[in-house]
Amino acid sequence: MIVAEQKPLAEIKEMLEDYRKVLVVGCGTCVTVCLAGGEKEVGILASALRMATKLNGHGVAMDEVTVQRQCEWEYIDPLRERLMNYDAILSLGCGVGVQTLAERFPGKRVLPGLNTKFMGLPTEQGIWEERCQACGDCILDLTGGICPIARCSKQLLNGPCGGSQNSKCEVSKETPCAWQLIWERMSSLGMLDRLMQVQPPKDWRTSRDGGPRRIIRDDLRLPEE
Amino acid sequence: MSNISTNGYKAGSNLERVLTKGYFAVTGELGPPKSQDAEVIRKKAALLKGAVDAINLTDNQTAIVRMSSIAAGVLLVREGLEPIIQMTCRDRNRLAMQADLLGACALGIKNVLCLTGDHQSFGNHPFAKNVHDVDSLQLVQIVKGLRDEGKFQCGEEIKGGGPRFFIGAAANPFGDPFEFRPYRLAKKVAAGADFIQTQLIYDIPRFREFMKRVVDLGLHEKVKILAGVGPLKSSGAAKYMRDQVPGMIVANEYVERMDAAVANIPKEDKKGRAAAWRDAGIKLCIEQIQQIREIPGVAGIHIMAIEWEEAVRPLVEGAGLLPRPVVD
Repeated sequence: MIVAEQKPLAEIKEMLEDYRKVLVVGCGTCVTVCLAGGEKEVGILASALRMATKLNGHGVAMDEVTVQRQCEWEYIDPLRERLMNYDAILSLGCGVGVQTLAERFPGKRVLPGLNTKFMGLPTEQGIWEERCQACGDCILDLTGGICPIARCSKQLLNGPCGGSQNSKCEVSKETPCAWQLIWERMSSLGMLDRLMQVQPPKDWRTSRDGGPRRIIRDDLRLPEE
Repeated sequence: MSNISTNGYKAGSNLERVLTKGYFAVTGELGPPKSQDAEVIRKKAALLKGAVDAINLTDNQTAIVRMSSIAAGVLLVREGLEPIIQMTCRDRNRLAMQADLLGACALGIKNVLCLTGDHQSFGNHPFAKNVHDVDSLQLVQIVKGLRDEGKFQCGEEIKGGGPRFFIGAAANPFGDPFEFRPYRLAKKVAAGADFIQTQLIYDIPRFREFMKRVVDLGLHEKVKILAGVGPLKSSGAAKYMRDQVPGMIVANEYVERMDAAVANIPKEDKKGRAAAWRDAGIKLCIEQIQQIREIPGVAGIHIMAIEWEEAVRPLVEGAGLLPRPVVD
């Protein structure tokens, strides 16, 4: 899932300074699951902002709505009429959600209430970890299902750097060394020989380096009228 | 092609000649200043001249901005010393690296050490973006491709042949997973490394075990391995490296020996303690060099005495490695 975190309240308050009627829009998908921008968080943030802006003298009217998916036209189109009543939209969707709203409603000010962090999973209650960087050319078959692009601080493709010690990354004692994990996994699979092959420089064109990415599936496209 | 001028050598550097002739090589290290002051380089160079076969120039070492390794290397060439420029994958992509390698060669540099690079979070610009377009092993491949195939990484031919470097890579016998380390070295050899310089050794039994595995793989016959040593400056320095530096192991014995050196000197006598530590550090390092020389597969030593270049000559002399060979 896409994992996000709410921005500090002070920063959100500052963004909303010039607006008097704001609709807080949550998203029912990833950010609901990671407890950052679902219906519940929308409610809590809206009340907090109501109180905070009241204390500041001018109250901001905050309404709340949570759509099932902020990143698809069909779920946000029904908001169109309702939006007419607001000066601004505070999106608690991920960066994709914010942009989907902004793109669909170009006349409206759409503001981000979250910082979108990464694609990952909750490894335990209250802890989320990054797993994928969407490089666009998956190599997980070579590395035992552990991604060195997302999980090695230096994106190394041929083994650990000199800073790997006691299974930890040199950057932080909280971060496992991805190559230690890869070594252990491939060892338990009896496939260490795969790690002995030299991996040549990666073709980053499939990643962000190739420019903004787009997928076209002709088999799925609707015929032109 | 340009290999005519290298007389059968890959790059014809002094380091390559010394190693090829079977001499026990000695390399040193010089940290460029955090300024544009060329005089710093010249002063340090004078301390190293004649004591080592070639000198590493660190590349934004510990992710702190310093004079570039290539520029500092050119200053060394002008002083009549031989540089080994370090090149990390942290700060440059493959375009910038290849451009810099062409420039380095044009300016008379013949050795390059290909490194991953410390993470920028350790340095003075922790908010910087890092690159890691290629890893250190892939950089070795690229430098070899430039030299042996005369081709850029993209496959395009270099008119008149590519730049010729004696190619180095690093090995850390003290990093984990330990079992992977000899194989990672094997991969660097397969990628095209001509010489290896290791991390600082303060745990000789572990280094010995590493070298045994390296020799069992036959790697010492394909690559020249220079063991990394460095004199300790104080008990505190030993403890710091033991406890704080990722990827280092310092046996307690070294801390104890350094502590013992100042046991009878009162804490107030700072000068006395510093001098006693320096003497002990140099003595200890000479002992290490002698022990390491006996380990099969070791082709030389790499002395890292950053900000203590004065220690290098007494070390090399004390280890019986002077004068340095002159090879035509």
